[in-house]
Amino acid sequence: MSIRAPTKGENYELRIDLNSEYREKRKDAIKRVIASMTVGKDLSGLFPDVLKNMQTDDLEQKKLVYLYLMNYAKTQPELVILAVNTFVKDTDDPNPLVRALAIRTMGCLRAEKIIDYLCDPLQKCLRDENPYVRKTAALCVAKLYDLKPELVIENGFLEQLHEMIADANPMVVANTVTALSDIHAAAVAQPSSSTSEQAVFTITSSILSKLLIALNECSEWGRVAILNALARYEAQDDKESEHICERVVPQFQHVNGSVVLAAVKVIMIHMRGVRREELTKQLIRKMAPPLVTLLSSPPEVQWVALRNINLLLQKRSDLLTNEMRVFFCKYNDPLYVKVEKLDIMVRLANENNVDPLLSELKEYSSEVDVDFVRKSIKAIGQTAVKIDAAAERCVNVLLELIATRVSYVVQEAVVVMKDIFRKYPSTYEGVIPILCSNLDELDEPEAKASLIWIIGEYANKIDNADELLGIFVDTFTEESYPVQLQTLTAVVKLFLTKPDSSQGIVQRILDTATKDCDSPDVRDRAYIYWRLLSTDPGAAKAVVLAHRPPISIPQTTVSPALLEELLGEISSLASVYHKPEETFIGGGRVGADSVQRKENELSDDKFSTQKALQTVAAGQQAENLLDFDDAPAYEGQSSGLAATEVLTSTPAAANLLAGTSTNPLDDLVSIFGGSGGGMAPMPPVNAFAGLSLGATNSLMTPTNQVMSPVVRGVPSPAIPAQPQTPAQPQKPEEDLLGLF
Amino acid sequence: MISAFFIFSQKGEVLISRLYRTDFKRSIADVFRIQVISNSDVRSPIITLGSTSFFHVRINNLYVVAVTKNNANAALIFEYCYRFINICKSYFGKIDEESIKNNFVLIYELIDETIDFGYPQNSEIDTLKTYITTESITSAAIAPEESSKITSQATGATSWRRGDVKYKKNEAFVDVIETVNLSMSAKGTVLRADVDGHIQMRAYLSGTPECKFGLNDKLVIDKNERGISDAVELDDCRFHQCVRLDEFDATRTISFIPPDGEFELMRYRSTSNIKLPLRIIPTVTEIGTTQVSYAVTIKTNFNNKLSATNVVLRIPTPLNTTAVDCKVGSGKAKYVPGENVVVWKVPRIQGGQECTLSATAELTSTTHRQVWARPPIDVDFQVLMFTASGLIVRFLKVFEKSNYHSIKWVRYLTKASGSYQIRF
Repeated sequence: MSIRAPTKGENYELRIDLNSEYREKRKDAIKRVIASMTVGKDLSGLFPDVLKNMQTDDLEQKKLVYLYLMNYAKTQPELVILAVNTFVKDTDDPNPLVRALAIRTMGCLRAEKIIDYLCDPLQKCLRDENPYVRKTAALCVAKLYDLKPELVIENGFLEQLHEMIADANPMVVANTVTALSDIHAAAVAQPSSSTSEQAVFTITSSILSKLLIALNECSEWGRVAILNALARYEAQDDKESEHICERVVPQFQHVNGSVVLAAVKVIMIHMRGVRREELTKQLIRKMAPPLVTLLSSPPEVQWVALRNINLLLQKRSDLLTNEMRVFFCKYNDPLYVKVEKLDIMVRLANENNVDPLLSELKEYSSEVDVDFVRKSIKAIGQTAVKIDAAAERCVNVLLELIATRVSYVVQEAVVVMKDIFRKYPSTYEGVIPILCSNLDELDEPEAKASLIWIIGEYANKIDNADELLGIFVDTFTEESYPVQLQTLTAVVKLFLTKPDSSQGIVQRILDTATKDCDSPDVRDRAYIYWRLLSTDPGAAKAVVLAHRPPISIPQTTVSPALLEELLGEISSLASVYHKPEETFIGGGRVGADSVQRKENELSDDKFSTQKALQTVAAGQQAENLLDFDDAPAYEGQSSGLAATEVLTSTPAAANLLAGTSTNPLDDLVSIFGGSGGGMAPMPPVNAFAGLSLGATNSLMTPTNQVMSPVVRGVPSPAIPAQPQTPAQPQKPEEDLLGLF
Repeated sequence: MISAFFIFSQKGEVLISRLYRTDFKRSIADVFRIQVISNSDVRSPIITLGSTSFFHVRINNLYVVAVTKNNANAALIFEYCYRFINICKSYFGKIDEESIKNNFVLIYELIDETIDFGYPQNSEIDTLKTYITTESITSAAIAPEESSKITSQATGATSWRRGDVKYKKNEAFVDVIETVNLSMSAKGTVLRADVDGHIQMRAYLSGTPECKFGLNDKLVIDKNERGISDAVELDDCRFHQCVRLDEFDATRTISFIPPDGEFELMRYRSTSNIKLPLRIIPTVTEIGTTQVSYAVTIKTNFNNKLSATNVVLRIPTPLNTTAVDCKVGSGKAKYVPGENVVVWKVPRIQGGQECTLSATAELTSTTHRQVWARPPIDVDFQVLMFTASGLIVRFLKVFEKSNYHSIKWVRYLTKASGSYQIRF
């Protein structure tokens, strides 16, 4: 009680002023009420006093009272009834602004009691002679549907909205379309309710022609609404698709960036139906300049545009062929814009523009922000992998960067060099001594692991490889797991290439890894190597030193099906995140059962399966939506299970390919795939899932089922079944199971 | 669509809060305060937590925030935020904590007029000003007929113009303003040079004038006349909503009925044959670890009759600089320790002139030697009656029923602010 006393005092003063006989004093009091309301104070106690001031000629005061009502109507439903009369009266006011204000506010009150009184005035306002009132009333229908869908159906408001699409005023048409689309979205989200069927807004060809007419005349926001509706229309034939495209193209010249992106969306959708090759080319050509112009918008809009350009480039790599320079980062660009520009620059890189690109990237590598510097160095590596002719120049730039001896620059450069070695094996061996001389400066796991991989891979060419690896073997138990795994593999490689000199070191590491290591992954891998080496060194050679396919930069970072879906949602959040809507709407996670359902529904549709997989992968990472770069560019797919499954062939490669993957199953699957030739990887996976992954088991099982068609579609693991390999698929499995 | 709209002060105080949908409580504002305002490491303008997405724009000491719970149109939301900022600027002259606090009633009115149920509505500043005013008396006294006129303007096919405009003297002012973006490498090669131009128009014309506008744009000229060599290639142009886009698409003519007063008629972008008005030649040498010497020369690249004004060079110095000794031929140079730059201001440089600065920065020794990142030199300037793209307004024709005579004025300005960067 003692806490409430001062509040009461303040409220008391306000109450006196609200009931004052002077108009100015009352109005001033209302303003103070709104001000405290904004700060978050509870002023619902003043409801009756504020309500008294509702009936006034002063439009501003009326708006203030309405604002108060909208805030507290929910908490004081009984008292709102008192306001109804004034509202209903206002909807008959001769002043259209007052009529519109009344109907707008009534829709926002959201009190059950008042809804029933809303229908009659709404009916009237929908037919009002003034377009301003009509456009406000149209949106009010959507508000009503949000509260009580039955009322909208019963009163025939939907039919009325459909009639209003033919309204002479473009603004009314736009708001009608907005309302119908909003109702449609709500209905689709809840397909079970009784009203939803009628609420679906199907765009027919007669609606289409009305929308196309209104498009050129209405306000910018209205244009976006109409364009969004056009995007949903399904064209009857290619003539109609062409017609839509031709009518929409002029919108590219609109000053508002959201109109431009909405138009791009419509074109991308309806271009699928265009058969004339030259028209498609022409549309793409017309699309490029407005997209580039979006880069001179404010940074936030720019960023949305860049994310979408990234998507568009994945579909049409020819879109911005000669435009790389406009993506050069300005020194004062925000970081999120810079990072996105980097990605697009690498996409646009080709033999002709690689020189200016490299000098830019080198410039960025000396900037202050560590993250940006690292990404720039990564981009150099990506360029090297992408353009064969430029690889040497990239390596030279990397060497210059290593020479700076700035710790994080060197470490990132080492990681990048590893990828270059994987793409161009045995080409740049001269660089290895320089890399090794920086060994002491490496303290990040990824950089260490990369260097160890390089040493292991070129063990036969590095004279003191055993010495170098010895350093890591000595500190084995203190290293992080990825480094341990790499050390283990590298030492085994060393042993297989130089068996005489490295007997001791391999014995030591296998011993340490199986006895003193607390990671099951490391232990398991050590056991496998041990078995392989002791039973059949020939097989060990085939597995560990197997030839690996060279890596490449994937054209897309999302699956084709998802790409198509995202292109249909250009400028939306989904297209900004490059993730399907389900991953961030509704809890941020997709459960295993929904994946199962998807599979059942669309079992033989290849695209859908891919999408389901993508959704699982994305769902797992939905928590770090803010980290947009969780998909390393070297993976075939965005990340997760599908990606590693497709690309793996040996444990080392598997681990490197997966980059950050910590899923032990990936490695195991690849081992079996490698040694067993064409053996189906399923049984051992399940066996292990049951043994070591109790926690993730529920997620794994359904995924495997979805995965199987994908695995079959991929050429079986890269090693051809070599004659010297003892093809005894059953045996290793038994052995491994025996270990447990 | 937008479910909630907030304005926060820098300290996280809610200045304006407006909820449009029931899916949120007011407490959602606290989430934003904790996750964004008090978080020093925000690396994206959109933050999604669970299924709630926050879109924010920072302006002066404010956060303008839109919240949504569905797969919203991101471009539209940011465009709206910036439109809102422009509306505020136009109403209050500036947008900051103070102006928001002083005008919160008006701001609520404006927000409610420009967003309904989360969907942006009419946001034409000119139209808004006819019925949302700072003086409450006018809104009360608006007669019904007057409001009908306003509402039909707000919704009409030419929502940007009233029909009954009358001027004694019919005038139209056209300002061609070009912003040059330049990044030049340390070797002096141009990495990127382009122009963002906008054509600002102030139309004081009676009645409902029909305007036609012509530029020395290459595409138009190629079509109509031959033999003119000074044609400019525009990469892209965008127009105010009054311009008939379909007509432009078909015949490249710019025709429109202008709004009354000031508006931005078009924006364009040009990347070819950019004339750089100023050339900066920096020579920066690090002498040992304790000194950096600068010699910076500005050369003009335009006619003797023209001049560059308000030239400001910001020349970065290493972080461990203690003092800088500057000598300049013209203008004033000063070391600003807080920003690690030497600011050199020259009020006016005539065409053909040359200015030089020589300076020496003294450095303290540091324990760990880090390589100096050498941020670029940034140049701001203005040059009147000069366009970097070479664009010229060829004609502006005004047709009106009463066939009055109108006077047109054209002005050109090329400027740079924060985008003219020279590496060294």
